[in-house]
Amino acid sequence: MLAKRIIPCLDVKDGRVVKGINFVGLQDVGDAVELGRRYALEGADELVYLDISATLEGRKTFAELVSRVAEAVNIPFTVGGGIRSLDDASRLLDAGADKITLNSAAIARPELIGEIAAKYGRQFVVVAIDAKSCPDGLWHATTHGGSRPSDKELFSWAKEAEDRGAGEILFTSMDHDGTRNGYPCPVYAELSDSLGIPVIASGGAGSVADIAAVLTEGKADAALAASIFHYGQYKVAEVKRELAEAGIPVRL
Amino acid sequence: MIAIIDYDMGNLRSLENALDRLGATYCVTADPDTIRKADKVILPGVGHAGLAMDNLVERELPAIIRSLRQPVLGICVGMQVLCRDSEEAHGKPCLGVFDAHVRRFSPAPGCKVPHMGWNDLGNLEGKLFKDMKSGAYVYFVHSYYAGLCPDTVATCKYSDVMFSAALRYENFYGTQFHPEKSGSVGEKILQNFLAL
Repeated sequence: MLAKRIIPCLDVKDGRVVKGINFVGLQDVGDAVELGRRYALEGADELVYLDISATLEGRKTFAELVSRVAEAVNIPFTVGGGIRSLDDASRLLDAGADKITLNSAAIARPELIGEIAAKYGRQFVVVAIDAKSCPDGLWHATTHGGSRPSDKELFSWAKEAEDRGAGEILFTSMDHDGTRNGYPCPVYAELSDSLGIPVIASGGAGSVADIAAVLTEGKADAALAASIFHYGQYKVAEVKRELAEAGIPVRL
Repeated sequence: MIAIIDYDMGNLRSLENALDRLGATYCVTADPDTIRKADKVILPGVGHAGLAMDNLVERELPAIIRSLRQPVLGICVGMQVLCRDSEEAHGKPCLGVFDAHVRRFSPAPGCKVPHMGWNDLGNLEGKLFKDMKSGAYVYFVHSYYAGLCPDTVATCKYSDVMFSAALRYENFYGTQFHPEKSGSVGEKILQNFLAL
C-alpha cells in the first residue's frame, strides 16, 4: 500500500540551515548535508531544501550544497526558492535534485510549469501555493512568502497547475503556518479530491495528531514539517511510529 | 566495470551517486563495444518510454542490449523498454526481453497518477532480493506499469492494481522502482545486483 510521506523541510540561507535548528553544531553548510542524512536515517521519506538566500552568491552556494546533498542522501529530495526559469531548474537537476518547487515565479508566469515539465517530466515539478482565506470567502494564493496577494484562487490555481504539468501541489495555509495549531483539514480534503496529483500539507503542525488528521480527514498524501523536527520536539521515527499506531500507512 | 547506458533519458546523477556510495566503478556510455565488454550493464531511464525506445534505436542499441549475456538491470523506464510493448510507445514494439505489456494506470479517486512515493514489495523471488523480506518499502515514480507475468519476481499493489515491481528473465533484471532513491533497502538491492 502506498505510504503517506513525512517530509522534513530545511530552510537554507547562504548555504546554512537557518530556521530554528536546535541541534548542536549544525550551523554551517556541511551540517545542512549532515542534517539531511540524519533525517534520512531516521526514516524521513523525502527532504525539502528551500533556499531563502537573497543574493546571487547565496544562490551559487545553494547549488553547490544541492550537489553535496545528492552525494550524501539516498532518498528523494526537492529543492526550491528563487527558481524563475528553465535554466534555474536545469542547474538544480544537474546538481542532483529530484524535484523542484515553483511558487511566485509560477504565478507570475504559469507557462514556466509546462516548460519545465515538458523537459524533465511532471514528477520533477512541485507547485507550492501559499494561500490565505480572504473576506470574500475564497482562499487566495500569495507570493513572496505570503507578503503579496495575487489574483489566483487556491482551487482553480491548483487545477491549472496540474493541467499545465505539475506533479504535486504543496499547499501552505498562511493562516495556520507557524501557529502549531493544526491544519485546515476540510480545505485540504476538498483540494485533494479536486486534483489527480498528490497534495503535500505544510504549515501548522504542532503535534503528531495534527499530522495524522491532515493525512486522514485532510486526505493529504504527504506532510511537510519543519519546526516539530528542528526544535527536537519529535524525531521523524517517533512521528512515523505514532502514525502507524493510528493505523496510517507509513514506511517504518 | 559497470556500463550505464547513456541514451539521453534523464539525469543519471542519482544513479552515479548511489554507485559511488557503494564504491562501484562504472562508466556512462553509449558505445556498443564498451557495453558488450562490461561486467554488468544498467539501463536507467526517466521519462517517456516511446522516446526511450526511439533513442535506443537511433543509437543502434536494441540488438546489442538483447544480445548481452552479463547481468543487465533496467530501472523504471529502463525496465519498461525491456518489456514486449508499452501503451506509452503507441504500440511500437519494445525490446521484448520480458514478456510483459506496459499499460497506464487509470486515474480514479484514490488512484492518483503518477504513482509516486514509497510502496511495499511482495512475493520477492531470486538473487536480486537476497536476504530481503516482503513488506520492504521502495520509492516509485511512474504512470505506466507492467502487469503480472511469468517473469515477475516482485509485486506491488497500487489502488486496485497489482503490478510487477521487478522482472527477471535469465540475465536480465528490471525494477519499476528506483533502488538508487530507496534508502538502505535500495542499496541492498543494488548490492545484490553488483554481487551477481
